[in-house]
Amino acid sequence: MRRASGIAAAALALVATAGCASGSASGVGETTLTVYAAASLTATFEQIAQEFEASHDGVDVALSFAGSSDLVAQIQEGAPADVFASADEANMAKLTAEGLTAADPVAFASNTLQIVVSPGNPAGIAGLDDLAGDVDLVVCAPEVPCGAATRRVADAADVELDPVSEEQSVTGVLAKVTTGEADAGLVYVTDVLAAGDAVEGIELPESAAAVNVYPIAPVAGTANADLAQEFVDLVLAEAGQSALRDAGFAPAP
Amino acid sequence: MTFRYDAAVAGRGVDVAFEVAAGETLALLGPNGAGKSTVLDVAAGLLRPDSGRVELAGRALTVAGAGGRDVLVPPHDRQVSLLAQEPLLFPHLSVLDNVAFGPRSRGMGRSASRDVARRWLAEVGIEDLAARRPGEISGGQAQRAAVARALAADPRLLLLDEPMAALDVAVTPALRQTLRRVLADRTVLLVTHDALDALLLADRVAVIEGGRIVDHGETSRVLSRPRSRFTAQLAGLNMLAGTWDDGAVRTATGLRIEGTPGDPAPAAGADVVAVFPPGAVSVFLEPPGGSPRNALPVTVTHLEPHGGQVRVRTTELSADVTPQAAAELDLAPGASACFVVKAAEIAVHAL
Amino acid sequence: MAAPSRVGVPSWIFVPAVAGAGFVLLPLAALVLRTPWARFLDLLASPASTEALLLSLRTSATSTLLCLLFGVPMALVLARTRFRGQGVLRSLVLLPLVLPPVVGGIALLYTFGRRGLLGETFEVLGVQVAFSTTAVVLAQTFVALPFLVVSLEGALRTAGQRYEVVAATLGARPTTVFRRVTLPLVLPGLTSGAVLAFARALGEFGATITFAGSLQGVTRTLPLEIYLRRETDAPAAVALSLVLVAVAVLVIGFARQGRSSL
Repeated sequence: MRRASGIAAAALALVATAGCASGSASGVGETTLTVYAAASLTATFEQIAQEFEASHDGVDVALSFAGSSDLVAQIQEGAPADVFASADEANMAKLTAEGLTAADPVAFASNTLQIVVSPGNPAGIAGLDDLAGDVDLVVCAPEVPCGAATRRVADAADVELDPVSEEQSVTGVLAKVTTGEADAGLVYVTDVLAAGDAVEGIELPESAAAVNVYPIAPVAGTANADLAQEFVDLVLAEAGQSALRDAGFAPAP
Repeated sequence: MTFRYDAAVAGRGVDVAFEVAAGETLALLGPNGAGKSTVLDVAAGLLRPDSGRVELAGRALTVAGAGGRDVLVPPHDRQVSLLAQEPLLFPHLSVLDNVAFGPRSRGMGRSASRDVARRWLAEVGIEDLAARRPGEISGGQAQRAAVARALAADPRLLLLDEPMAALDVAVTPALRQTLRRVLADRTVLLVTHDALDALLLADRVAVIEGGRIVDHGETSRVLSRPRSRFTAQLAGLNMLAGTWDDGAVRTATGLRIEGTPGDPAPAAGADVVAVFPPGAVSVFLEPPGGSPRNALPVTVTHLEPHGGQVRVRTTELSADVTPQAAAELDLAPGASACFVVKAAEIAVHAL
Repeated sequence: MAAPSRVGVPSWIFVPAVAGAGFVLLPLAALVLRTPWARFLDLLASPASTEALLLSLRTSATSTLLCLLFGVPMALVLARTRFRGQGVLRSLVLLPLVLPPVVGGIALLYTFGRRGLLGETFEVLGVQVAFSTTAVVLAQTFVALPFLVVSLEGALRTAGQRYEVVAATLGARPTTVFRRVTLPLVLPGLTSGAVLAFARALGEFGATITFAGSLQGVTRTLPLEIYLRRETDAPAAVALSLVLVAVAVLVIGFARQGRSSL
């Protein structure tokens, strides 16, 4: 298994034409299945890809992780993805609207927000109401999925949040909390789990107002349509689901 | 305002001592690499010597290696101005403001310092260039402005570093005249390798060679009877002082010597000096008849070998002849002879 | 001015030269082609855009001032004095030139952040650097300072010390020499250094997003706004990018104008 290092579509296209990312480079008869997945899926999809390679001789899964909107932009510009797994339905909708999915997207997991604080919770945060007070709160910008979810949760609970920073990504929020710059942040349950001992998570019942659904679909025009569908099936099967559960994801609604 | 200098810079092998009396101009004459710049750097406070003492008008400017506390008065606080080969006028200031820089730096107001600057520009003859930028005037004019700038700072000691070396030969005589005028009665240390600068600008000469002073004394003595190899090569010049009289120099002893005056030509009756090298002199026992050349009756005082030739000395003059000619003429101390020089070989400089 | 002589430039050199120029200019042309001109003014007039632009201009100007305040003395010390370890110090001070800005941001975080080296000192003084416009200015100054120091140090070395020596022997104190001789002589170098610093500050992204965060009107400068806008409205991001390009071109053109008139 190899991870494609694609950051921008252009760079990826260059690499592809240079022959580095195509199946021919890895030996005769090998096929490469390229999977674009939201950054929050990194650990689980690496695990699922390993299982997929184990059960499919001669198939090499290349994974590319980035923000969902970055990945959508790359696919729109013609990046060679076979499968796309999005962290939200809005970004997937951009692809379906342009007919860029080979099959209808299927929800395979969901995720909810949690409050994240430094170990020991020095600011003494107990729930959403505490975040509206005099604390340095960092959230995602409303333009990105986790920020949109944050806004929905706050609106549903009728709490006015006054963040000191609206970050571009979940990683940005987590970094501000782990370094102690911020007292608290709002990120997904899975992010809190993945961050390990560096942070503590605090249950957020209000998060039910914004359940984030992860859809997956084979990308239109893939040369490996069957393999792409098999990968999607594996994600939906028990093997995929248990890996997702371990990472803190909830089942799809 | 006597300037006393006695300092050694080991790294450059320079160890010299000399004095410049108040109102006197001392020429430090020497070949390239002799240590002249080192002396200037120490005098200006740009270089700390390993040992020695430099003082001006009784005030210690530099004291090093004397066991007590070292002294190094910074350049701006020495009242020592430096005029370099190149004018180095500040390109962003007008000629006037360049000259006003010194007075301004010493705390004078803007308009007062400009008045001082105008006076000095007039003194060096370029008051009409006051508003120009340094890039808009010629090299000779720029050096005049630099002279005015150095003097406007009212230094107690003026350092001149080959002030004529970078100039077109056509403009040097006029600038030399200007310097003669403005340097009179000032305490000046003039560094040069040009004997003529020394002759025309200095009261005394110190010859520096290999980092040591090898000869010093009255300018005319050092240049006419050099004690060092360098001065002998460079100078050993014949010099006869007198007044300018209808195309010739009339000496105090009544000789009349025709020569070629510099530009501008001296006025009638002006003090001048006739200069010519010993090699330009032919020696005869009797004055050659009907010759348009200058014939000077002399008494030989001594003979000495000089680079394959024989230098024939009199009390005032020297001539170089071949050993063969010296033998044929039977020259010996006490003999009478006649030194003959073409007018074209004699340069006449106004004093 | 006479046309420059072409002696010494082999004709084949124009091929890679033109290709290189195309490599730089083509993406700019692509940006212009993709700009949604119909919505252009509306996009610019949105509060998010104008606040980001104004914040960028304000912080970049402040950073440039700080660069001048600290960079001029630094360049002077590096160019005009000699001390042990100067070479090493120069390399270290110029490090932000080659460091990824994100690394700069992390380093600033550990210095001025709440738990940073100086963080507690600031906390005691009642100053919170994190998530404030001050943090943006610090990040920009950090990455832009070396540009000013490098160009000014070069200008100082080229100018040499001969004029300064003359000024000193005319009785000018070191401060007077600095003010009336050194600074005017290196003004072109100082101007281009300041312009480079301003441009670098204007384009700063990595250190800002790492260290200062991102909040409209406070820390979200134009580059951050562009990056965020891509999430929802790619054409708007293109329009804002074009604005950033235009501002950069204006600044550089203005500086060139200023230099040629000297």
